[in-house]
Amino acid sequence: MTPRPLPEHPDFLWRDPEPRSSYDVVIVGAGGHGLATAYYLAENHGISNVAVLEKGWLAGGNMARNTTIIRSNYLRDESAAIYEHALKLWERLPEELDYDFLFSQRGVLNLAHTPQDVREGMRRVNANRLNGVDAEWLTPDQVAEVCPILNVSPCTRYPVLGGTFQPRAGIAKHDHVAWALARRADELGVDLIQGCEVTGFLKDGDRVVGVETDRGRIHAGRVGLAAAGHSSVLAERAGVRLPVQSHPLQALVSELHEPVHPTVVMSNHVHVYVSQAHKGELVMGAGVDSYNGYGQRGSFHVIERQMAAAVELFPVFARAHVLRTWGGIVDVTPDASPIIGRTPVEGLYVNCGWGTGGFKATPAAGWTFAHTLATGEPHPLNAPFALERFTTGALIDEHGAAAVAH
Amino acid sequence: MLLITCPWCGPRDETEYHYGGQAHVPHPETPADLTDEQWAAYVFYRDNPKGPFAERWMHGTGCRRWFNVLRDTATYEVLTTYRLDEPRPGGNR
Repeated sequence: MTPRPLPEHPDFLWRDPEPRSSYDVVIVGAGGHGLATAYYLAENHGISNVAVLEKGWLAGGNMARNTTIIRSNYLRDESAAIYEHALKLWERLPEELDYDFLFSQRGVLNLAHTPQDVREGMRRVNANRLNGVDAEWLTPDQVAEVCPILNVSPCTRYPVLGGTFQPRAGIAKHDHVAWALARRADELGVDLIQGCEVTGFLKDGDRVVGVETDRGRIHAGRVGLAAAGHSSVLAERAGVRLPVQSHPLQALVSELHEPVHPTVVMSNHVHVYVSQAHKGELVMGAGVDSYNGYGQRGSFHVIERQMAAAVELFPVFARAHVLRTWGGIVDVTPDASPIIGRTPVEGLYVNCGWGTGGFKATPAAGWTFAHTLATGEPHPLNAPFALERFTTGALIDEHGAAAVAH
Repeated sequence: MLLITCPWCGPRDETEYHYGGQAHVPHPETPADLTDEQWAAYVFYRDNPKGPFAERWMHGTGCRRWFNVLRDTATYEVLTTYRLDEPRPGGNR
């Protein structure tokens, strides 16, 4: 029997250039944030003499490991502004990039299980509405209407007392988001260079003027770090200390099921978050491991507790099998908010500290970081997220709205 | 699952312990004299190495005592554990 011929290899979405000796801007890290930054540098600021350097492969770090949830229901004004800007960009990006990355606005439910959860949730709904973010408070019966497979019986260990709902929130296909951004950035002239690790920084006095890589020296007018879990390791090579701690954050997927879960459900208190991927897997996230780590795997007891919570909330999941688990490394700041802006070293800029919630911010992180790299100044949306806030004390405490225990 | 040896109780699963972050961070001797930058460094900045890291753990479901662990954050190997009044084995780095 003659084997069927393989289908033709699809066209590559981006070139595979050799690194040149010099660029206007070098971005370290070709995850979602690095790619979005490159795209907006070219699209918004006309700066396309840009290289994005990636030690592994494109979008193979946290971008490939996240649970793809997109929402903007943050408590503080500064956070609501930047995450809502991201959500508005998400709403137009598929058309703008001419790439259907299956952005599905199926809503996000954040459950309340204690009287304090209820108060916090209602406060957040009001704060969201004042900031122009869509938000509703739902009773347990209304929660069950939005997500019929949820167990809202008062007889569980932590009964559902209600929940916040953001209808415009949802999920997107993370790989496709990266490929869409990469394709367009490449078309605009950006060099995406994979398998190129930054090992050090070139300095002229106190100023960073480029990077040392395992493929040679690359000079740059400005250097932007977008390396997520490895941000502090990288910044240290430039003599910059960042107030971040790297922790493993793990997630898992089940085997494929028919569509049963119509929205995204998150619970801070019993700690699990679940959505159903387009293909049918149940995608579940857990909390971070308490200890620092770079091992890209998490502790077994964390998923054990998370699955126990999931089965209590969703009795229908009891017979689902875990297909695979994995971990990413998240860089957590003391106030659970990101750092986007200048560093004490001239020419070196940082976009880090997104902790457990970087994916949803991808377009806004790129938008504001590109502005900062292009102008040397913060955009109004990222000005509050400067490194200086840890000295001035103007923290943006988002531990509650981050929805992940850390 | 990490296997951590409490200096008093012996080897136990990580679920018995509570994590306390970086070890050997002394409280400033004269806090009132610190600049804002120095105070920020004490309150918010900790080392975050990829490799050996001296950190504090507490044996919550055992003797409830704090101690130090030298652990590799890349391999998760617990290199050694020691009491709070003992210096970091092998020096500071």
